[in-house]
Amino acid sequence: MKWNGWGYSDSKFLYNKKGQAEFTGKRYRLSGMIIPGLREWMESTFGANLQHKTPAAPILNSSAVQPPTLNEAFLKELKSTGIPFSHDAEDRVFRSHGKAEKSLLMSTKQSSMFFADCHNDVVKIVELACKHNVCLMPYGGGTSVSSALECPPEETRSIVSLDTSQMLNESGYCTGHEPDSMEFSSLGGWVATRASGMKKNIYGNIEDLVVHIKMVTPQGVIEKSCQGPRMSTGPDVHHFIMGSEGTLGVVTEVTMKIRPMPEYQKYGSVVFPNFEMGVACLREVARQRCAPASIRLMDNEQFKFGHALKPQVSSIFTSFLDGLKKFYITKFKGFDPNRLCVATLLFEGDREKVLQHEKQVYDIAAKFGGLAAGEDNGQRGYMLTFVIAYLRDLGMDYYVIGESFETSVPWDRVLDICRNVKARIVRECKDKGVQFPPLSTCRVTQTYDAGACVYFYFAFNYRGLSDPVHVYEQVEHAAREEILANGGSLSHHHGVGKLRKEWMRETISSVGMGMLKSVKDYVDPNNIFGNRNLL
Amino acid sequence: ELKQNVYSIKNVVLKDEEEFTDILEERRRTTDLGYALRTFNPQPYKGAPSGSTSDLKKAVLESQYLRYIIALETGSSVEKVRQEARGILEEMSHNLQLGFIRLMGYTVSKVFKRLFRSIYVNMEGLNMLQQAIQESPVILMPNHRSYVDFLIVSFILFTYDIPIPVIAAGIPLASMKVVGEILRRSGAFFIRRAIGSDKLYWAVLSEYVRTIVRTGCAPLEFYVEGFRSRTLKSVVPKLGMMDMVLEPYFKGEVFDITLVPISISYDRVVEESLLALELLGVPKPKESTTGLFKASRVLQEDYGCMHVNFGRPLSVRQLCEGKINRSEYNLIPRDLPQRPSTEIQDCVNWLAHLIVRTQEEGSLISPWSLMACLLLQAPITTLTEEGLQWHGLTEKTLWLRKLVLDFRGCLNWPARTPDSDVMSSTVALHHSIVHHKAGRVYLVQDGDPASQDPLSPEEGVMRTAAAVLMLVSYRNQALHVFVRPGILATAIHITKSTQKDELFSFFCFLRDVFSNEFIFIPGRASQDFDEACSLLQKCGAVHMSQQEVTVLETGLEVLSFLQKLLQPFLDSYQLIFRYLCENGAHVFTEKQFLPAVQNLATKLILSGDLHTFEVLSSDTQKNVLAALRRLEAVTKLRKARKWIVYFTKGATLGGSIPPRFPLC
Repeated sequence: MKWNGWGYSDSKFLYNKKGQAEFTGKRYRLSGMIIPGLREWMESTFGANLQHKTPAAPILNSSAVQPPTLNEAFLKELKSTGIPFSHDAEDRVFRSHGKAEKSLLMSTKQSSMFFADCHNDVVKIVELACKHNVCLMPYGGGTSVSSALECPPEETRSIVSLDTSQMLNESGYCTGHEPDSMEFSSLGGWVATRASGMKKNIYGNIEDLVVHIKMVTPQGVIEKSCQGPRMSTGPDVHHFIMGSEGTLGVVTEVTMKIRPMPEYQKYGSVVFPNFEMGVACLREVARQRCAPASIRLMDNEQFKFGHALKPQVSSIFTSFLDGLKKFYITKFKGFDPNRLCVATLLFEGDREKVLQHEKQVYDIAAKFGGLAAGEDNGQRGYMLTFVIAYLRDLGMDYYVIGESFETSVPWDRVLDICRNVKARIVRECKDKGVQFPPLSTCRVTQTYDAGACVYFYFAFNYRGLSDPVHVYEQVEHAAREEILANGGSLSHHHGVGKLRKEWMRETISSVGMGMLKSVKDYVDPNNIFGNRNLL
Repeated sequence: ELKQNVYSIKNVVLKDEEEFTDILEERRRTTDLGYALRTFNPQPYKGAPSGSTSDLKKAVLESQYLRYIIALETGSSVEKVRQEARGILEEMSHNLQLGFIRLMGYTVSKVFKRLFRSIYVNMEGLNMLQQAIQESPVILMPNHRSYVDFLIVSFILFTYDIPIPVIAAGIPLASMKVVGEILRRSGAFFIRRAIGSDKLYWAVLSEYVRTIVRTGCAPLEFYVEGFRSRTLKSVVPKLGMMDMVLEPYFKGEVFDITLVPISISYDRVVEESLLALELLGVPKPKESTTGLFKASRVLQEDYGCMHVNFGRPLSVRQLCEGKINRSEYNLIPRDLPQRPSTEIQDCVNWLAHLIVRTQEEGSLISPWSLMACLLLQAPITTLTEEGLQWHGLTEKTLWLRKLVLDFRGCLNWPARTPDSDVMSSTVALHHSIVHHKAGRVYLVQDGDPASQDPLSPEEGVMRTAAAVLMLVSYRNQALHVFVRPGILATAIHITKSTQKDELFSFFCFLRDVFSNEFIFIPGRASQDFDEACSLLQKCGAVHMSQQEVTVLETGLEVLSFLQKLLQPFLDSYQLIFRYLCENGAHVFTEKQFLPAVQNLATKLILSGDLHTFEVLSSDTQKNVLAALRRLEAVTKLRKARKWIVYFTKGATLGGSIPPRFPLC
């Protein structure tokens, strides 16, 4: 695993000797393939040139990392319990940041790492932390993009990170919960952040999947007494835990629903003449409640990006077929290549039902001018979400920084929010002196009865800027303000962390803040879980 | 890039090296037919769908908003209400067609060449507009001083290959035979005058306007002042249209909206004499096609030059930043009506005032306006009988020219022409108002001198008033430059104080009383005061210290000029206040009020106790009532169009009237 980038060490984008982009490793469908269109896309989108390279810091130097503040008494007592731990600089840096762009450029204050194995280990650690007034920061998969794992700068106590990632056993079952970060994130993390998965249409979001939670807090252990599928016993205490972002305790055990592996899976895609038609189609699909396991609508920029990620085709026949398809869509059907957009689909279930379902969805799409565009495009669309995080690392090598963020919004505002947020990003970049037009793109990734989840990507070439991180933060901030002004939520599933704390009060009202605050005050009066997320 | 090679340029440097180009020059050199039929291929707003007018109407009728309103209308069947809505929309809709734009271009070119010597346009403004149109929906906001300017913007945009606007117009224009239809096809859409509480009409209108803005299908042009200013003075903006136009931004339906203030200034206004009569209570002729043809004798006259100054495009987003919180719209479905918060309403009001101020700042002041300022400061008998010395007037006008430049006004003073020629050609152009004979200038009074019946004294007053009010309207064109320092000069004159804070509070009082008369941007009293101070200091009239404002010997001339400039307003307001206080009647109708004030004023003018004719103007009278209503000294009853006075001896205003300025 990389500490200064996304994912597995063997998987990454690079330019080979011929200057062609290539994805290394063996883990992904794209691994080991040449991607001929990527370089041109990078150059034309960002003005990012092969000549202008910024190497990322490859090895960590222990001396570059702050020496830890140690609490000897706590350590001594804990050592006697036999729970494995580390003071190693690399471990500490690894666990003190998530994957937000800014945290990849920061250092740490943490003193030690503990690797908890079971519920009882955690209970011991929490007890001792309370006794010695040590700050605890739970760590799951480290895929946070909300600065949730950064150490609060005002914290003076010894900070101890608690890694729970080894607690998730490979079960072999299918929970159906598949966030984009699935390969790396942890179950406890999903619960603590109110995660959402790609296939929530079939399986539900984390709150729909969880049956039972056990959490260790400074006040003791919280859990329900039974596993009834629904209870009317006052407000659901699970909802204090889900989304608590490590401020109340450590989630040690979760009981989740599991489903049999689906018999049949089929990808699909639909091309729409423009984004407006695409959104109208998704809304109709939601209205008829016939959304497939996943349905996503990419805007034109993302469609082009997906196109750039097409691997080298092996046969003349395939390239001929591609040309024919392009001709059919743009010339025969009159779609404007600069306006069209594409929806990717994933169907799951038994074969017959999938085929039936597929027909229903394509019929709706046709009413909105959508043309079926094949399984291959659909599958590539999904792969894109797994590899896009690696691509960010390639971008960083060439002065490009970027980030993604999300929101949820009622249906009547989807188009407005997409247009305005993208435009705001472009305008802010221009105002802040970014020399090249930024990439500013979005996709509608989830549909609900009452609205949708929208995902934005933005990236820009920071050559010529003296303080790119600051510019980057300002743009991100402005984009979030724009989201809120347009009726979008503060977050659909990334959570609040420290990055979005400033907007909490206006989001949930002062009384709402008071409610959460009083829970925190009761559960953790000495702020042992002192990551200062959320509130 | 504009087609500068095709439309060659004669530059006239007027102000701050801004370049104005005479667009008529090219029109006089090539054929109008060729001009009208040339390729017209403007670059539209990039997000705009290429929709037809029927698409627009369909979108309006099928909108969620209208469906919701229709469902709310009770009393008749939904189908019937929908039919009614369709009828309203048919009556309202523009029907912009390129063919008619060409016809319009052809006709307008012919007419304008007859009426005007030149039409000057600032190219830089046009360039910025062309850019802005591609980026966001654009709202063109000209001032309105003459019927002639109704199509001037369309004419210019057609000439320079910029998308033709749709224009909000009053419904009377639509009822003109043939012409109404031509205007409709040239992009005009028509709004009824008194909409009142007709909810369905409001709904259709606002959805129509919002749809135009939202889709950006064409730039939208409307008069934020609401109507043609009869006094040539800026009118306090109306907010109805402004609300509709800005709502798509507040609701996030567009990323931004661009407002383009446009200042149109005339050397001589075509309907000058009609305006004065109208203000004195002679009703304006109904708009009709035959009336238009009768008016064609105006084509024989020379109206000098016209200036169209396109202001810098203003981003609504930037202007509103930090002023409003758009998230107030988040909790109601976007397509349903929602009453804006006071915060938003204030912001709209502020923006509207800002636009009118910007229009004022972009207006060009002609030598004639300066002369009008000075002529009005002479005693009336001098103007009508003895005549004013030409030499003195010339000298004083040149002095005033310098003051205008000191006050950063935009001056339209012909360069490279001897001053004496400028003076005499100006008087020649305005031969209908003054004439120059044997070194003296006289006011021209209308009427048949050969008439057998001698005029009664009252008729004589009205006759003079008609001439004076014409002069007044030209003075008004320059007023915006002098208002702020003028109010400070008045404050100094009345309070005799040198204390800055005392002057400031009196300044605020006057600003408040006169804010239906002049354009003051709400909430900017202290900036206005500072501006007044710095201008007076700049021209050497006063010396400023931390606490004090001292009048300098050299500044007496300036201060006296400024104070006299505003004196008619003070006199008029005081007279009406006195009338209201002294008159026992506490309930009156507008119909009773206007003639009663006129009678009183006429008497006082004849007895020599009143030195201004401006109080005879219905515009002044209405402004006073509006001001008193705003200050809560009078109320208006909705139904009977009656006003109730609960204004007794300054009791209500008492708190804010300093003792040395008795209103009654």
